[in-house]
Amino acid sequence: MGKIKLKIDGREFSAEKDEYVLDIAKREGFEIPTYCHNDQVSREARCRLCVVEARWQEGGHSRIVTSCLYPADEGLMVETNSEQVRLVRRVVLELLLARTPEAKGLAELAAEYGVGKNRFGADTDFGKCILCGLCVRTCREVVGVEALGFRMRGVLKQVGPAFAEPSSVCIGCGACYFVCPTGHIIMTEKGDERKIWGRTFKMEKCSKCGRYFAPKYQLEWINSQTGVAMDRLSLCQDCK
Amino acid sequence: MQAKVNLKLVDEVIKSWGADPAFLIPMMQDIQAQYNYLPRPALNRLQEKLNIPLTRVSEVATFYKTFSLKPKGKYIIQVCTGTACHLRGAPRIADSFMRELGIEVNGTTKNGLFTLSTVNCLGACALAPVVKVNEDVHGQVSSDKVKKIIEAYAARKK
Amino acid sequence: MKINSLADLESVKSKALAASAAMEKTVIVCGGTGCLSYGSAELASALERKIKDRKLNAKVMLKMSGCHGFCERGPIVVIEPDKIYYQRVGRRDKEKAAEELVETTLVQGKVVESFLYSDPVTKERMIDYYKIPFYAKQKRIALRNSGHINPADIDDYIATGGYAALVKALAMKPEAVIEEIKKSNLRGRGGGGYPTGRKWESTRKAEGPVKYIICNGDEGDPGAFMDRSIMEGDPHTVLEGMVIAAYAIAKGKAPAHGFIYVRHEYPLAVKNLTKAIEQAREHGLLGKNILNSGFDFDLRINRGGGAFVCGESSALMRSLEGRVGEPRAKYVHATEKGLWDQPTNLNNVETYACLPEIIVKGADWFASIGTKGSKGTKVFSLVGKVNNTGLVEVPMGIPLREIVFDIGGGIRKGKKFKAVQTGGPSGGVIPDSMIDLPVDFDELTRVGSMMGSGGLIVMDEEDCMVDVAYYFVKFLEEESCGKCVPCREGLRRMRQIFDRITTGNGNPDDMVMLEELCTAMKLGSLCGLGQTAANPVMSTINYFRSEYEAHIKDKKCPAGVCKALIAYMIDPESCTGCQLCVKNCPSGAIKGVKKKPHTIDKEICIKCGVCYDVCKFDSVKRK
Repeated sequence: MGKIKLKIDGREFSAEKDEYVLDIAKREGFEIPTYCHNDQVSREARCRLCVVEARWQEGGHSRIVTSCLYPADEGLMVETNSEQVRLVRRVVLELLLARTPEAKGLAELAAEYGVGKNRFGADTDFGKCILCGLCVRTCREVVGVEALGFRMRGVLKQVGPAFAEPSSVCIGCGACYFVCPTGHIIMTEKGDERKIWGRTFKMEKCSKCGRYFAPKYQLEWINSQTGVAMDRLSLCQDCK
Repeated sequence: MQAKVNLKLVDEVIKSWGADPAFLIPMMQDIQAQYNYLPRPALNRLQEKLNIPLTRVSEVATFYKTFSLKPKGKYIIQVCTGTACHLRGAPRIADSFMRELGIEVNGTTKNGLFTLSTVNCLGACALAPVVKVNEDVHGQVSSDKVKKIIEAYAARKK
Repeated sequence: MKINSLADLESVKSKALAASAAMEKTVIVCGGTGCLSYGSAELASALERKIKDRKLNAKVMLKMSGCHGFCERGPIVVIEPDKIYYQRVGRRDKEKAAEELVETTLVQGKVVESFLYSDPVTKERMIDYYKIPFYAKQKRIALRNSGHINPADIDDYIATGGYAALVKALAMKPEAVIEEIKKSNLRGRGGGGYPTGRKWESTRKAEGPVKYIICNGDEGDPGAFMDRSIMEGDPHTVLEGMVIAAYAIAKGKAPAHGFIYVRHEYPLAVKNLTKAIEQAREHGLLGKNILNSGFDFDLRINRGGGAFVCGESSALMRSLEGRVGEPRAKYVHATEKGLWDQPTNLNNVETYACLPEIIVKGADWFASIGTKGSKGTKVFSLVGKVNNTGLVEVPMGIPLREIVFDIGGGIRKGKKFKAVQTGGPSGGVIPDSMIDLPVDFDELTRVGSMMGSGGLIVMDEEDCMVDVAYYFVKFLEEESCGKCVPCREGLRRMRQIFDRITTGNGNPDDMVMLEELCTAMKLGSLCGLGQTAANPVMSTINYFRSEYEAHIKDKKCPAGVCKALIAYMIDPESCTGCQLCVKNCPSGAIKGVKKKPHTIDKEICIKCGVCYDVCKFDSVKRK
């Protein structure tokens, strides 16, 4: 490792060698849109919105790369908003909007890139899911249970529990619901019940204030993973 | 028809690959070779014995085209739709099979005898158009021969 | 028996050569997939019986070989040392054909006229294998043994000089082996054309506790089957190439492990490779202390699961790990972080098959063949609308015209040549005006196609270029892994646009959208599948724009392919009234009496094309 110098949109910055371009650009205040990125999980470059134009020689051959996974090195020159970058983002956004017109925030972002009337039509059968995979990675890498995954391939690809059946390992924590950028995952709560991915979870009451605050399975999972005693897990965030 | 699954057999498959999850795909291939499809109890056993998440089993079983979660017919007809076969009339061959069998691609006849599928090139391009029925390769098939091929297999001993 | 030295190898070789020299004749029956489907296995057992009946066992050796490449002429039988080439032997009656061959050729020493190849144009009958135009212009390096040796017999491979390259390589320093391959300028035969020696060097330099050596036998390009043929017909050459690669790449204490990833659709390749691996282990050519050199290397076979995308190297590695074949960004190369995140060298079957010859004959010899940027030879599968279809290996730089017209014998049924498609779903079409193009990596890329794995699909005036692009888009839509947005969603939208154009519902905006999608997919997709998916579309638009316009503006398919835009009719001039179409029509749409021209009732016709297929006089027309 070591410090290197690179240029972003003509300005010079220093960074660690092999640091990802997206991280450097964000730190230096550049706007790069992302849909499948979250600092807490691994990077897969699915959405292709974070593309930038990279070149190694002034006036030399350039390449469109995803900044979330592109490692920086001495002399790298990056453009975050070139004509080609905008073209890829615009087409990607138009394609996503055609797939999931209702997805949260998508229409606004698409409009910023000049997507007007959607020429590809509007689908109704994908809900709001753009297949960014954040829920899958969060369940696996943060929660550690792998209740969610992909099924099938290509256009038929879907996200959800194994074989699209209610999962026996899901703890009902709702992390996937919170991390989903488009509002596709539905979680409802009523009384002592939480419903998500086709399963109903019993909620535990806070031993102090009496409000339902977490599914029983989730508390047991935390207990089994961290060794924190169950009685210490019986308080909600406010009362702790 | 759903097969009756012998879990001992599944365990043997797992053992033959050293119960290593890296060999999930070959294990599934061995199970599919046995039952013509991947019965759910066998997949659940894989999950349990390999100690891997069921999502991983579900991902792999639904990603690869050779795997089927539904039982297939006794004779699996594969119409090659590689480029050479396409140019020499494979779409007409596939149409003829659909018409003669009364099923769509990936469908199985009611009597459980035939499953119709397409394959993206069998690598027998010089014999185009090609149709494979189980292990038999039929080269230079024309749409009028389709009926004869079906009849030949239907007439075999059950 | 373990082979521990060059002397051991020489002794196996001379024994095998002496055994065949003791025979007057060797009868080689082709056991490739094509010939087997014409019953060559039954033909071989019939020949075996007849040879025994005539008590010729002591004088005649019978063996099954791998593929000769000229598959449509199967079953093929070659008689050595006379170089007699028999084709279509006993397609109908194996017993009779075997009897004739044994009696006429083996007993009387004459040729069986009816088994000889006859030129489709001149009608001249030819005896000599190497004078047949299909073979005369070929130069065989990767296919050097296919069709000549018995793939199930390691001694046969050794007798032709097999494993001599390994002996030579193990006596060299690993760096010197890499230098030799670099000097030969061998470029990867799987499609990308990356210099093999440079790849090896990077993998050797990369630090890791283990190095992986992978052979990509997941030949998915529709219309290409050279890798199948090599794995089936000459499996030891693949193994020998891999051991040489492993020796060159392994460094220090890090062991090397090998994998051959074979397409699920190739059962015979798996069988022959499995046998070859067993034999190589028995002979000490794989496993511990290979050739008593202290070098260890072993490998195993993995069968693919049926996913075209697994031909992409990073997806293939995920599949080997037991996961779904989703590619990864390659900003860090597999040579550093590949399988299980360890340094990994991946080459294609044909690349490995070239290696032993390069080591034995030298880099200079290899580099003397071909063009400036593409050295050596390339195997093509010449298929589609040519007279002679099959596998051909030719020097790089050969004009396309020589492949199509000299080796391929021109277009079938005297139709007009229209285009050639190369590179499979990642490639493009090359129009008739470029027929003199020298074929190599760079020239194909320059005209908007690519080498790919070497599919060469010839099209005639009856092939619709819009349909060809549509075909590849549908293929790729089905095979896209779905990981990244441009490929997954872009291909689906492209397919929908083609749905419209080919059914007469297209509009001029569709062309604009297609071109925009092409650009975005090329720039923005994650892996090679998506990045090159635009090629079939872009190249057909570039060279055949008027055909698109005919579909969109005039609602016509000029080539007569797109079902919704055509009607079947019978040409009253050439129709002989034979009733064949009437008998075969499944919808009863064809009317007519014997010896009078028939007619098709358009109202009843379901456009299934059966009449078109059965007509012997080419009287059924599509317009």
